[in-house]
Amino acid sequence: MILIQAPFLNLQALLDGLMVGSIFALVAYGMALVWGVMNIINVAQGEYVILGGYITFAVYKLGIHPIYGMPFSFLFLFILGYILYRIIVFRVVDKDMFISILATFGISIMIQQFMNMIFGSQVETALTGFGTIFLFDHNITLALVKVFSFVVSIIGAIAVIYFMKISKLGRAIRATAQNARAARILGVDTEKVYAYTYAINAGLCGLAGSLVAMTYTLHPYIGLPYTVRSFMIVIIAGLGNIPGVLASGLGLGALEEFSAYLIGQEFRIGFIFSLLVIILVYRSKKLAKKREYLK
Amino acid sequence: MKDKKEFTAIIAIIIAGIFLPSLMPVYRVQLSELWIFMVFASTWNIQGGKMGYNTFGNILFFGLGMYICASTQISYAFDLAEWTAAGGVKTFVHTVKQYFIGLPLGLLLAGIIPALIAGFLGSLILGLRGHYFAIGTLGIGIAAGEFATSVSIWGGGQGMTVPVWPKVDGQDLEILGGGMNFFYYLSFVLFIITFFVLRWLFSTRFGLILTAIRDNEDKAEAMGVPTMRYKVSGWVVSAFFMGIAGGIYGNINGYIEPTEVAFAGATFGVYMVLMTILGGKGTLWGPIIGALIFQVFKEFFWTFFLGWQLVALGFLIVIIVTFFPEGIMGWLRNNKPEWFGEVIDHKARLAQVKINTDD
Repeated sequence: MILIQAPFLNLQALLDGLMVGSIFALVAYGMALVWGVMNIINVAQGEYVILGGYITFAVYKLGIHPIYGMPFSFLFLFILGYILYRIIVFRVVDKDMFISILATFGISIMIQQFMNMIFGSQVETALTGFGTIFLFDHNITLALVKVFSFVVSIIGAIAVIYFMKISKLGRAIRATAQNARAARILGVDTEKVYAYTYAINAGLCGLAGSLVAMTYTLHPYIGLPYTVRSFMIVIIAGLGNIPGVLASGLGLGALEEFSAYLIGQEFRIGFIFSLLVIILVYRSKKLAKKREYLK
Repeated sequence: MKDKKEFTAIIAIIIAGIFLPSLMPVYRVQLSELWIFMVFASTWNIQGGKMGYNTFGNILFFGLGMYICASTQISYAFDLAEWTAAGGVKTFVHTVKQYFIGLPLGLLLAGIIPALIAGFLGSLILGLRGHYFAIGTLGIGIAAGEFATSVSIWGGGQGMTVPVWPKVDGQDLEILGGGMNFFYYLSFVLFIITFFVLRWLFSTRFGLILTAIRDNEDKAEAMGVPTMRYKVSGWVVSAFFMGIAGGIYGNINGYIEPTEVAFAGATFGVYMVLMTILGGKGTLWGPIIGALIFQVFKEFFWTFFLGWQLVALGFLIVIIVTFFPEGIMGWLRNNKPEWFGEVIDHKARLAQVKINTDD
């Protein structure tokens, strides 16, 4: 009702949704990468995002503009991802998928608690001071930092796609995703490929987290919703469908903003998790008609 | 041989269950928690172990049972909205009769309603397989917690208190030695019932079909087994016992809160998975051993990790799933197969070991 009475709210929700959706798409892209190459669902995804955000926040606290926090977040998470792979994740690569879900869940609990101890449990944000622009007689407000994060996440996603296409490591990653055994026979060091894939994923999450810190808010316990969002985006788009990931990321962002306007901000998390269940059930019912199931 | 061992173990558990609270009266809460945890792990084992459907959503039935039991107990005698609005400040005291009619009624409903919900939800979501099911049920558990914070008749995010143990002439009523003992024995009896029901279920055709679903669902279906019906019934059994466990735990805890106590996916929801994997998935005794070890470890060492408990939990998860995914029973089965009634030809076994090490 309120959306029909106030047409500008629609546009506002749509714009906000697209901006936040681009960040989701970036995180989801990392998840699709790890899932496709290593056959692991990384439940710690959301925690990497929030940790990346806190790195940018720490840079901001030192008195440096948070934009310069982005490379730090990327690098820190890249290194952390590499180390975590070498210590823990490589043990679960070829195992049952549930084992990897649990193992990464354990990692996520640990990171969550460390963040809670180091940065405290209050809600934080890194202010950029970019200002806001107003459109249509001040009916629509658009924070410039959101536009900035939109542009950065799109550029980040495109950069990774090109990295996959042209670099040697990117080719090795794609070869391993297609057939790990054949890649190994042809001389690809798959262990190294896995380690770098996991590290790139963590780095992407760090970059996304840095944008979250500037655009939205940080809190140690809001990691899991990011994991679930990216999981949702990947299953809507399908593995290996990169434009699909971008499109469904933006779509999810818009849908979430609309739901926040309609049923209230406090149900945002509940809405995401219910939507996940609805999408899964819908997909499986559709496949069940063809006597298939989600693989 | 195997039956004799099992018989001894059951007798030992029953004797321990009856006499432990009088030996260690200080630990009564922890001991009742132990039996509740054993119910957690044993019922999770129906899905995660026997059926191969790893769920994070069983906590939903636990939380629902807790809320349903408490609200039935209260609304049998008083107005529920008035009770939660008072927030424990204004005291309502049940008479002995009100309390002891409300409690069984509450526990019964706490079993039946979650079981019905499991039947409905299961028919929707049990069509998912593998990790899709795992993540989907994770979503259900967390969504339930989020939505429970907005149910004002249950006190919203602030939670609600449960009825206090009735008093006679200013003294706590003495049945089985007072409130805490009473709920201890209640949880113990619940565990024993759960154990025997599951023991019987696993020995029937039903248990066999669950194993068949785990091993190859498509094949089982092709052989004419209506797998969906069996999967849903398995979940209904779990939900029934989880709901009652929730009702009892609510009374032990004395206070219900949506995300930390009732729908505590990050603690109880993970504990049940961890206990089952630690003990050994898919066996009858594995979850029980796992729960025992986990609870002992938790109670003795948790105090040393003050403020670090959850870090320790995360660490424990990683260690257990990466190094002991088979669990204790799996390890025993590999190393002491004769304990499980398997006849071993030692010469053949040695040759087998040699082949494996040559590889």
